Amino acid sequence: MSELLRINDLHVAFPTDDGLVRAVDGVSLTVSQGETVAIVGESGSGKTVTSLSVMGLHKKGTAEISGSISVAHDGGFLDVITASEEEIRSMRGRSVAMIFQDPMSALHPYYKIGDQLAEAYLVHNPGKKKEAAARAVEMLDLVGISEPAQRAKEFPHQFSGGMRQRVMIAMALMNSPKMLIADEPTTALDVTVQAQILTLLASLQKEFNMGILLITHDLGVVAQVSEKVNVMYAGRIVEQGGVDDIFYNPMQPYTLGLLKSVPRISATGSERLKAIPGQPPSLISLPAGCAFAPRCEYIKFADSNACATQMPALVGTSAGHTSRCHIDESKRQASFAEAMKEVR
Amino acid sequence: MVRFIGRRIFFAIVTILLVSAAVFAIFSFLPFDPASLTCGQRCTPQIIEGNRIKLGFDKPIYEQYWLFLSGIFVGRTYGSGSAAFSCPAPAFGYSFNENACVTDMIKESLPITLNLAVGALVIWLVLGISLGVIAAKFKNRWPDTSSSVFVLLGTSLPTFVTGLALLIWVSIKWKIVPMSLDGYVSVLDSPSRWFMYFILPWITLAIAYAALYTRFTRAAVLDTLGEDYIRTARAKGVRERTVLFKHTLRAVLAPIVTLAGLDFAGLVGGAIITETIFNLPGLARLTLRSVYEFDLPVVLATTILAAVVVIVMNLIVDMLYAVLDPRVRI
Repeated sequence: MSELLRINDLHVAFPTDDGLVRAVDGVSLTVSQGETVAIVGESGSGKTVTSLSVMGLHKKGTAEISGSISVAHDGGFLDVITASEEEIRSMRGRSVAMIFQDPMSALHPYYKIGDQLAEAYLVHNPGKKKEAAARAVEMLDLVGISEPAQRAKEFPHQFSGGMRQRVMIAMALMNSPKMLIADEPTTALDVTVQAQILTLLASLQKEFNMGILLITHDLGVVAQVSEKVNVMYAGRIVEQGGVDDIFYNPMQPYTLGLLKSVPRISATGSERLKAIPGQPPSLISLPAGCAFAPRCEYIKFADSNACATQMPALVGTSAGHTSRCHIDESKRQASFAEAMKEVR
Repeated sequence: MVRFIGRRIFFAIVTILLVSAAVFAIFSFLPFDPASLTCGQRCTPQIIEGNRIKLGFDKPIYEQYWLFLSGIFVGRTYGSGSAAFSCPAPAFGYSFNENACVTDMIKESLPITLNLAVGALVIWLVLGISLGVIAAKFKNRWPDTSSSVFVLLGTSLPTFVTGLALLIWVSIKWKIVPMSLDGYVSVLDSPSRWFMYFILPWITLAIAYAALYTRFTRAAVLDTLGEDYIRTARAKGVRERTVLFKHTLRAVLAPIVTLAGLDFAGLVGGAIITETIFNLPGLARLTLRSVYEFDLPVVLATTILAAVVVIVMNLIVDMLYAVLDPRVRI
């Protein structure tokens, strides 16, 4: 499996009048061909900022970016952070494509669907109008839109939300990219449509042998489609591992909190939803130590002084499963056991 | 679409009828005797009574209104026998002050106003949209700052200041544009003289409107650049130039067209200061003169005409909107 995306120690900060907002603070991850890597976390944890950085979509002058983002492009690797605007442009949509959260607003309301799809092909294959139009219809068919030739002539408002997300996926596939970034692709859709879109993505991934970077806050989606999971909190990855590691053997109190907060259909009437107490910290003034420490229920199992002053390193039991936590492995097993019973 | 236009035209006609009735009623209830206004200093009661009967002011008001309306379609003859005179359809009345049919007076002044309004519209759209796009593109940098100076000046300087300044410097001091020619010439007769005749009034009007359109376009472009579909276009690899001039401008166009249609309608019959400064015998000047002289038939006709233009422009804007915005289906 060849690697398609290597993010190494990515920092993204936005200068504001109130101070520097550290949206992403030292994120490293890789995505290889054919695999789905998820980034989960709550709003403001830096998931979307990370994905936009890969596309080079942060506006010049508004973001301070450091680290490296290597994207497989034209047989080699392109470092998005140092590449020229023109190099990034030739990568976008061709080597890496992206689909967005809200399909209702992600399509231009004034242009026909077919033309918008064709444009994705034309920007990288100038002049090939016929091929572009044919490919647009072909891709619409592929994502399960019936009468694609007819529907290509329609406008976005004539499509339902789920259909528009299919159109977005078709648009992303126009240049057969090796890598797809899906930023909350199902968040704006209702549950039955969510399932269809996820199934579609999975089958297209097989067909095109794509690597997918999936951004979501929905653990159900993560469990359904991804192989590797990165849990983000306050701009940092707090736990990284295979999907089974994360769901059956979480090593970080925040991950555990997320798992506990998933509503269960077997819950009895009087059982309350288990939210993580407190609020995420301000990204302008992050705590010196573990960013999660002020909300951590398990802080009593660790050296609370260390939690407050030292940022825990991303270390793990095995190479594939790492986390940032000061709680000793031996204490963790015992303290998490009770909660894990609930989760299952 | 056909049904929509049919319905809209029907309502437009009803509106115009109501407006004309209202205007007609207002002028009928004015505390003036319209007949006594028809003759000058040496008036005798006989002449006044003669004119009253000639012009139909002796008839009840609904009949007068009916005569007015029917005159629009079949023309009108005033008086009888050898002293009779007639205005052919469409007749909007007879001006005793000028001894002319109102329709002929409007026919003379309307082209001037239309030339003025269309030329100014073209200049301010080109200027306003370009400056607005540039200001948005270079937000908070020097092109944006200097365009906001222009916006400030354009919106705060009244047209009688910019108009007079242009007249004094460009025409009188620098003699770039000759001050007075032999009056209005059609573009077909002599494009260069036509251009010289209108260029300063165009600029005067255009500066004021271009300032507003610059501000509007800048805001609309910045708004649109933040839309999700613009991010989608960038993620496709579309060039920044194309993002701006195709994806963004296309979305900004529809509201600008609406605005321009209504502003244009307001200018027809509304450019009083500009027409006065540059001595253009247009519709606004005609209205102004008629108001001063209590030339009621002319005031009545120009008021109704201004209302008709607004109603018609509204209809056109609505239909254009349906063409520009695919979500609006009619």
